[in-house]
Amino acid sequence: MKHLLTTSDLSHSQAMNILDTAEEMDQVSQREVKKLPTLRGRTVVNLFYEDSTRTRVSFEAAAKRLSADVVNFSAKGSSVSKGESLKDTVQTLDAMGADAIVIRHPAAGAAAQLAASDWTQAAVLNAGDGTHEHPTQALLDALTLRRGYAAARDTGSRGTDLSGLKVLIIGDVLHSRVARSNVWLLTTLGAKVSLVAPATLLPVGAETWPVTIHYDLDEALATDPDAVMMLRVQAERMGGAFFPTSAEYTRRWGLTDERLAVVESLRIGPSQAPAMILHPGPMNRGVEISAAAADSPQSVITEQVTHGVSVRMAVLHLLLSGRSET
Amino acid sequence: MTPSSETAQVMSASDIERALTRIAHEIVETHRGTAGLVILGIPRRGVPLARRLGEKLAGIDTDFDSHDQVGSLDITMYRDDLRTTGARTPEPTELPASGIDAATVVLVDDVLYSGRTIRAALDALSDLGRPETVRLAVLVDRGHRQLPIRADHVGKNIPTSRQERVSVRLAAIDGVSASDEAVVIQR
Repeated sequence: MKHLLTTSDLSHSQAMNILDTAEEMDQVSQREVKKLPTLRGRTVVNLFYEDSTRTRVSFEAAAKRLSADVVNFSAKGSSVSKGESLKDTVQTLDAMGADAIVIRHPAAGAAAQLAASDWTQAAVLNAGDGTHEHPTQALLDALTLRRGYAAARDTGSRGTDLSGLKVLIIGDVLHSRVARSNVWLLTTLGAKVSLVAPATLLPVGAETWPVTIHYDLDEALATDPDAVMMLRVQAERMGGAFFPTSAEYTRRWGLTDERLAVVESLRIGPSQAPAMILHPGPMNRGVEISAAAADSPQSVITEQVTHGVSVRMAVLHLLLSGRSET
Repeated sequence: MTPSSETAQVMSASDIERALTRIAHEIVETHRGTAGLVILGIPRRGVPLARRLGEKLAGIDTDFDSHDQVGSLDITMYRDDLRTTGARTPEPTELPASGIDAATVVLVDDVLYSGRTIRAALDALSDLGRPETVRLAVLVDRGHRQLPIRADHVGKNIPTSRQERVSVRLAAIDGVSASDEAVVIQR
């Protein structure tokens, strides 16, 4: 593995390798000295063309815990606003000796273009490209689901996959790179993925994906999912009218207090462990998820954030070790 | 051991068993008991060796808790050859619930060669706590050290050439069909 661009070409064993490595990274995050010397002397550049708090901070924390030097670059207030192209920006960063470039860009395929070009020798990590993919988010979701699934069955998390786990992804699939990355990765790991969304928020071609599609949330909740993943309503990407009002969206597609009562009765498989509630953040409380659902004991949203650092440490380690310096 | 064979057994299963028994007694003797003793195996083959050593220590001293005082110490992230060798998946690190502060830690590995693994293990240990003493027990010492490191307890010293490879096979890792043995392989 040279770059991490998409979850669609990750094999089962590659995905398991990342997750197993992340388990050990998670141990490091819990001890007193939260630092490993693994990437000492390496430089990781965070190249962010879109606003982000958690992903950038998470990548920064991950790189620093591995002793790498971190350079943060955000398009705002940089020479990008003077009209510099992606190519020139990347070549400048490459000339400064970047070993890995973490890129978030509003255009789908930006990370893939970087990886395919000869602009840089660095490893490229896709931290979200338009509405295309967000692989590290899917990996941290998979780690969170796997932890919950293993705990429910009273087995060790390391080495287990998601075979048989039923995951329901709810909301704005059309604009969600998180949903796309999750569909490929969770399916590879053996989970059964279902989508629920208004017909206007499902992309053309979704029927060819390896998923079951529902249009009614209450109907979908009746299929007894083991985990529900709420997606953020991405107001900033919505030019047109996809649903009448946000109140109507909440009533039909939101995880409201009434629906939380249904989710509370769901169990993971045959176990007594309650179903998990996930959200990639940032949450629109009161729109796609009610405050009670976000703060419920079934919510694993803060675990997702913790696992984000571990997964990103694992990916940085696996991509940068064994790469001879150029 | 036929002259034509490229693989020569240097320790049989019973040799390994006897060596571990002797090392267990040596540890108790130098430490004067087993209080505050922690046995940490270095993955992969050090881990089952540490566990066996722990069982023997429990047989010698009933105060020794072979569950809580035996663990593992992964050194993958502390290796000095990560840049050149392929990426490795780290193995679990399991420490006693009470930690390793002020304990006497005995590191256990199968073969001592360049000493670089032990260098990495010492770095990993210092990030986990501050043991009072650190000792090293190895099943085979084959020489050719590249760092100023020595073992306190050695199962067997085996003079080798750099062209040879020393391999320890353990049923716990290599499958039940493989019997425990240490072999020297000519290259």
